[in-house]
Amino acid sequence: MEVFMEYLKAFVVGGLICVVGQLLIDHTKLTPARILVGFVVAGVILGAVGLYEPLVDFAGAGATVPLTGFGYNLAKGVQEAVQEQGPVGILIGGLKATAGGIAAAVFFSLLAALIFKPSDRSVSG
Amino acid sequence: MNLTKEEYEKLNQKASNNTKSYITLPCAFLIGGLICTLGQGLLNLYTYFGLDEKNAGMMVSVTLIFLTALLTGLSVFNVIAKHAGAGTLVPITGFANAMVSPALEFKSEGFILGLGAKMFIIAGPVLVYGISASIIYGIILYLIQVFTG
Repeated sequence: MEVFMEYLKAFVVGGLICVVGQLLIDHTKLTPARILVGFVVAGVILGAVGLYEPLVDFAGAGATVPLTGFGYNLAKGVQEAVQEQGPVGILIGGLKATAGGIAAAVFFSLLAALIFKPSDRSVSG
Repeated sequence: MNLTKEEYEKLNQKASNNTKSYITLPCAFLIGGLICTLGQGLLNLYTYFGLDEKNAGMMVSVTLIFLTALLTGLSVFNVIAKHAGAGTLVPITGFANAMVSPALEFKSEGFILGLGAKMFIIAGPVLVYGISASIIYGIILYLIQVFTG
């Protein structure tokens, strides 16, 4: 039952964060690129003021998988690095905490581009 | 172009067919929610295999990015994304697709300024503003630390 609740919370919270994005697509003229930037920066700000951490504790992957979670990780990384290492942490913390995802995205993009043939795949312009 | 009222209405309906909120919102909720549920499953799996909380979370992102790269390459991702809207855009899958798609598309313009550069056409701005925001936060945090001891 506890595991079921965990999945349910991830589903509902993750779904609702996507609904916010869909509302922006349907009712504003924001391009996908602007929405992606907005969600990451929003994640940094919400992480910085301490509002996103409770959501991650509550919903797990429902809060970390959306791009706001990427922003939250940037903020959390900086916060921990500043506490542990002082001023150098300002520059090191963010990328250190998100390095795995960024490196994977770069390498898998390269691999996919080398292996597959291009066709009409783009969704975001 | 001369259109009767009726023709205009038909065209208008056709053009706005995909932006009916009672279809797009549930689709985004359902598919976005399912991606996050998959993420939760992976998170539990990696934790079960002994990864700590941080690395397990990182591996969830890496796995979802890998799946996105694969599905984008196989032309499956765009079919799902057409129906999902923000459901695939807002999760980390949207970030990954925004890198894989142009990398593939612009391969024909060369490996350096085509594939290598265009990969960051959307991911670049995301990194620029995300990292900059985190640095500004770091500066503020450090100043607070200095002044409060």
